[in-house]
Amino acid sequence: MIRDVLLLAVLVLCSTSGEIAITHGMKATGEPARLRPMAVLQFLGRALGNGWFWAGVPLMALAFYSLLVLLSWEPISFVIPASALSYVVGTLGAKYILGEEISVARWAGVVLVCAGVALVAAG
Amino acid sequence: MASEHRLRIKTLIMVLAMVVCANVGDLMLKRGMTQIGAVPLSLNGLQHAFLLTVTNGTIWIGIFFLTGFMLSYMTVLSWADYSYVMPAGAFGYALLTFLAVVFLHESVSPRRWIGVVLICVGVLLVGQTKPRTTTEVAREATA
Repeated sequence: MIRDVLLLAVLVLCSTSGEIAITHGMKATGEPARLRPMAVLQFLGRALGNGWFWAGVPLMALAFYSLLVLLSWEPISFVIPASALSYVVGTLGAKYILGEEISVARWAGVVLVCAGVALVAAG
Repeated sequence: MASEHRLRIKTLIMVLAMVVCANVGDLMLKRGMTQIGAVPLSLNGLQHAFLLTVTNGTIWIGIFFLTGFMLSYMTVLSWADYSYVMPAGAFGYALLTFLAVVFLHESVSPRRWIGVVLICVGVLLVGQTKPRTTTEVAREATA
């Protein structure tokens, strides 16, 4: 039980911090001038040169492996609902780390999505 | 505001691309791994399974779609909020349930339907908020 909780914490924290690092890197990269193949390739080139992107990748890889290990210990109907906590943790990170503005409607939406994912995965 | 409308449309298109690519990619990986069969956890078994995966066409189609997912995810995050994109991506769970009912004729429990409704309402609520709340100035400061 304790090892489940610990690995779940690793999973949630690594996936959200990885995604936050990648978001930060992409905002710093700036959006592609237009959504055409050449412009998107140039954007990708710039993004791959961004340190925050490369900080995010190993965190997301670690989150992926913790998910695999957790799935080998517990049924999926426990693992996915529990990891739906990431929606709330990610929103807190977006607010306090990325400085995004979370309106009441957005908070309400996040909480509903979190509960909804938990119910869908629980079967 | 015209630019706000444009922002909303292109965000919506990218989120849809993300959801479709992620789900098709996962489905192809699952189908490919089913063709390969259970992987024995021995050195020989892993070597053999590795060879089978890199020569399996279905696995490569899956990798292609998952690369498309990562690319659309990175692109949309270059202009939209993380707290906007992340919950919107959960629409995939609802979509999978509909697909399972329509194509695989799976029966879905009432609890799962309630979950699908909550996700759809949640995504609609988030979708109504402004896709981007941080400013260009903040971006330059972090660049």
